[in-house]
Amino acid sequence: MRVRLNGEVYETACSNIEELLQELDIKPEFVAVELNRRIIKRCDLSSTSIADEDNIEIVRFVGGG
Amino acid sequence: MDDDKLIIRGIEFKSRLWVGTGKYKNFEETARAIEASGADVVTVAVRRVNIIDRRSENLLDYIDPKKYKILPNTAGCYTVEDALRYARLAREAGVSDLIKLEVIGDEKTLFPDVIGLLEATEILAKEGFIVFPYTNDDPIMAKRLEDAGAAAVMPLGAPIGSGLGIRNPFNIKIILENAKVPIIVDAGVGTASDATIAMELGCDAVLINTAIAGAKDPIAMATAMKHATIAGRLAYKAGRISKKLYATASSPYDGMLS
Repeated sequence: MRVRLNGEVYETACSNIEELLQELDIKPEFVAVELNRRIIKRCDLSSTSIADEDNIEIVRFVGGG
Repeated sequence: MDDDKLIIRGIEFKSRLWVGTGKYKNFEETARAIEASGADVVTVAVRRVNIIDRRSENLLDYIDPKKYKILPNTAGCYTVEDALRYARLAREAGVSDLIKLEVIGDEKTLFPDVIGLLEATEILAKEGFIVFPYTNDDPIMAKRLEDAGAAAVMPLGAPIGSGLGIRNPFNIKIILENAKVPIIVDAGVGTASDATIAMELGCDAVLINTAIAGAKDPIAMATAMKHATIAGRLAYKAGRISKKLYATASSPYDGMLS
């Protein structure tokens, strides 16, 4: 399926957010995930499924003031 | 100074110097500067993970959240909606309810949009966030933010990254006289004496990023800021002499030769 991930078009076969993070090689600790503008709690990553055309944002902390 | 601890909402802060993590050459320099500053609070921003280059290093690999209190900001947010979104993401990504709330009103000055800031402070405080709003050096707004549930108020000394120092110490003084929550000067510090001035005024802490990260030697400047903050706090606690127009001799007249 095709989703929009951090503003980019992304092809994936992952069925849920946890699998997507694994595919991307991103550790769930210290990132936050938004699915269609809804924040997904860390404990819900595996139970939150992904559908075609979903808008996914993954953020983390960077240097800032 | 051991009994002079800063406690906000039950959280104990070892240092009255808080530091940002932006604008450093690399994470290694960031870590060394923070270490030298003695700060236990570090601010961070919330941004997208780089999907193309995922191997890029993570800030938190260098700054241990067990050792430092991570204070995420909502920098770059120009609307209440965006600030709330970033704050909520930060809480999910992080380890605490701390948020340095910024609702910016103008790109050139980065002055806060205080109307939006007040609204966002109220909403986030109700959601259980420990809100540190970045605001103008306006005593009335500081009071309104306090009433809206801010855990501490962070008036600017001067525009972010300007290094102009504490441009309106008299307003900061009025803010301090009226405040029931801690006051932390955020933004504007350019060099060590600015940090000292903020602390001498009676501020509870000072937050510095650019003045350290942008210095020719950030590690040395971080050390300078550490001492400057301690010096200012000690001087404030010690109680300075009043200013007089004329001299008063330090040496006695008694015993002078006739």
